[in-house]
Amino acid sequence: MMGIAASLASCSFDNYDEPSIQLDGRIVYQGEPIGVSYNDVYIELWESGWQRLGNIGVAVDQDGSYSSLLFKGDYKMIIPNNQGPFQKIINDQSGNDTIPINLTGSQTIDIEVMPYYMIRNVSINGGNDQVSASFDLDQIITEDGARAIQEVSLYVSKTAFVDNRTSIATANRGGADLESMSGISLEVNVPERVPAQDYAYARVGVRIEGVEDMIFSEIVKVNL
Amino acid sequence: MKNLRNIYLVIFLAFAGCDNDQFLDREPTDILQEDQVWENEDLVFSVLADLYNRLPDYQGLENWWEYANFDEAFGSNAGDYWRHQNQEYGYGNWGMWDYTYIRDLNLFIQKCEAATEISDEAKARFLAEAKFIRAMVYFEHVKRMGGVPLILEPLEYDNSGDPSYLQFPRAKEHEIYDFVIAEMEAVKNDLPNGGTKSRATKGAALALVSRAALYAGSIANYGQLTPEVSLPGGEVGIPASMADGYYTTALNASEEVMGLGTYELYDQDPDKSENYTNIFLNKSSNNEVILAKDFLVQGRTHGFTIETIPRSLREENTSGGKMNPSLNLVQSYELLDNTFAELPTRDENGNPIYYDDPMDIFEGRDPRLFGTVIVPGATFRGKEVDIWAGYKLADGSVITSGQLGGQAQLPGSNATVQVVGFDGPIDQLEWSAQNGFYLRKYVDTSVGSGQRGTGSSVWLVRFRYAEILLNAAEAAFELGDLEKAAEYMNQVRRRAGFPIDLTPGEIDFDRIVHERKVELAFENHILWDKKRWRLAHRIWNGVTADLTNNPGNALAVSTRVFGLKPFKYYEPGSPNNGKWMFEEFVPAPVFNAHRFRLGNYYSQIDDGIRNNNPKIVRNPNQ
Repeated sequence: MMGIAASLASCSFDNYDEPSIQLDGRIVYQGEPIGVSYNDVYIELWESGWQRLGNIGVAVDQDGSYSSLLFKGDYKMIIPNNQGPFQKIINDQSGNDTIPINLTGSQTIDIEVMPYYMIRNVSINGGNDQVSASFDLDQIITEDGARAIQEVSLYVSKTAFVDNRTSIATANRGGADLESMSGISLEVNVPERVPAQDYAYARVGVRIEGVEDMIFSEIVKVNL
Repeated sequence: MKNLRNIYLVIFLAFAGCDNDQFLDREPTDILQEDQVWENEDLVFSVLADLYNRLPDYQGLENWWEYANFDEAFGSNAGDYWRHQNQEYGYGNWGMWDYTYIRDLNLFIQKCEAATEISDEAKARFLAEAKFIRAMVYFEHVKRMGGVPLILEPLEYDNSGDPSYLQFPRAKEHEIYDFVIAEMEAVKNDLPNGGTKSRATKGAALALVSRAALYAGSIANYGQLTPEVSLPGGEVGIPASMADGYYTTALNASEEVMGLGTYELYDQDPDKSENYTNIFLNKSSNNEVILAKDFLVQGRTHGFTIETIPRSLREENTSGGKMNPSLNLVQSYELLDNTFAELPTRDENGNPIYYDDPMDIFEGRDPRLFGTVIVPGATFRGKEVDIWAGYKLADGSVITSGQLGGQAQLPGSNATVQVVGFDGPIDQLEWSAQNGFYLRKYVDTSVGSGQRGTGSSVWLVRFRYAEILLNAAEAAFELGDLEKAAEYMNQVRRRAGFPIDLTPGEIDFDRIVHERKVELAFENHILWDKKRWRLAHRIWNGVTADLTNNPGNALAVSTRVFGLKPFKYYEPGSPNNGKWMFEEFVPAPVFNAHRFRLGNYYSQIDDGIRNNNPKIVRNPNQ
């Protein structure tokens, strides 16, 4: 008994306090957050001055937000190459895409990026075991580095994680089949849910040619 | 005070004890010293044997579970269900960074070059063999990691506190392939032509050239589909302009193997399925195998048969039936008229098709299917395996049991009868044909090989002649020579048992992909093939897709392993009573789709490695 008590009690003396400073923010274009798929887009935080370098990987959530609890210090934030459906913007301070962060207290930092496209005017509705969506696409990168749309998709999932991994019903349309960038509509029949569920979560995504990560609209809950 | 005296004594002894150097300077009696080894060819050979033994195989007989990572097989072992449940492949998967091994090889080569006490003939062969192993190891690295530092000398640290002179950057990806090819061309004539299958030969060196050049050619060619899988320094990615050169090298090396006259397709058994299975089991008169990792009863054996033998035939009560080939693979075997078809489980109206015999559903398929997979109703070791999922009643309900060979009552009867096979399939029951199939390829037919005390001595084939023919066919196809491509591929297909040749016009990319898939299934090709064709992220794309209706399509998404449940139909009085019907299903433990991301094409290099050597650049998309 004594041993157990000692082993449980003795840990406060020689340990550091847990990190308590919160760094959070969103990945944005002109203040508008950029939706991505979960666990697919990472930010890396590097802290120099230690003997060995290693990064703190911070996953970007589906709504484009991120957060991490950290110790005080000077960090360098980077988005690794080819992460996310966007291009990075040169940081004024560092002269490249590294974002220096001096963390002394909790801080909110939105990261501005240049997405290939933005999804605008999204409306997603459900009913009668059907989900329909309409939206416009706004091409942001138009000259150097412009990329075509490979596919637009409507995903419907049982949970609030919505992308092609979790979708129970998907409607796709190839980029070449889009007549116009506005008023794009997609519709899908949702199969029976087991166990029964009279609602679902849905959003639309755009796959850009030569870019692994898709850009997504906001997740909405729809009734079926 | 007493302690102090002891301390003085120790200090005194420490200074005094060293007077007589001879006293401490003794020859060790339990290890051999370097110069002793290099005086004796047998001892050198035993050092070399260790180097051979360390050659890695990503999928092999000693690590069956890696076969369950993709869409070839279901791992019917609770400890391996996670392979079918992961959301994605880790970036570090199938990585390798083994410079200890490379250093040992470099040391061997350096010492061998300096050795004076062994004959020139033996020396030349030892050197060529070590260089072959080193080329194999660099090939293993480049196909997993992309370009790695090309170190060809043993490096020594000078204890100066500054190790930066030991830090080398990564070579370009094509430079490693070029090294492998050039090195093998340089040493091939120092190696014997045949005579051994477990040591390097001229054929093995050329087979390595054939494979490596084909890989490099396809990365140059198909790498254009994924421009983001590359690094600006060329550590990953090969320029498209180099493709034809590599394909030509691959074709020439393959044809040189054919010209050696040492190797031929194994064709000794009129039963084509038996014949195919014996390529891997017959070690005594087999001119197909070029290089193998050999095993020996009472010497060194492996437990592959213990792990994979059909449950009802197992010789140990602890294991068996762990590898279930997937329906995805099974339905990929063509019909004998060279066409593709799903397994006919339902007619055009959606009604089940009834069969008199469980084997009938597989009728008219490529005989290699039965040489690779034990299907329901097939025999193994002279006994029929008992794979059936239960009785199906007219109303669609199923009578089965949770125990292998379990019994229950059928409606309208008081007697209990067996309602499920002694081999499964039963949902969630490991170590049996949970998805309806067992593996046959590499599973030993000799009695005792399924026991722990004896084990199996079946060898692991690393290079065989059929692969060389398929390499040649693919290289010729990519170079536009369809006549040649058809001829080489038809050689393999004729041996397999196809009565009708493919015409040159029928050879296309899908055919090339398909032929390798079925001929080389479970031979550690699937991952590397799908990677070099840049197909991996398209066919394992993370989408929960149904089984394809078109098994001949190279781009068909195949992210989950499927199974097949055979049922006996029960409706007394019906003409179909007692007949067999089949249902496709997803085994219960399979609940996530395989997702291969662009960052999986080249494995992650540890931060630890990059900390030790800041010149190492990261792989892309991770």
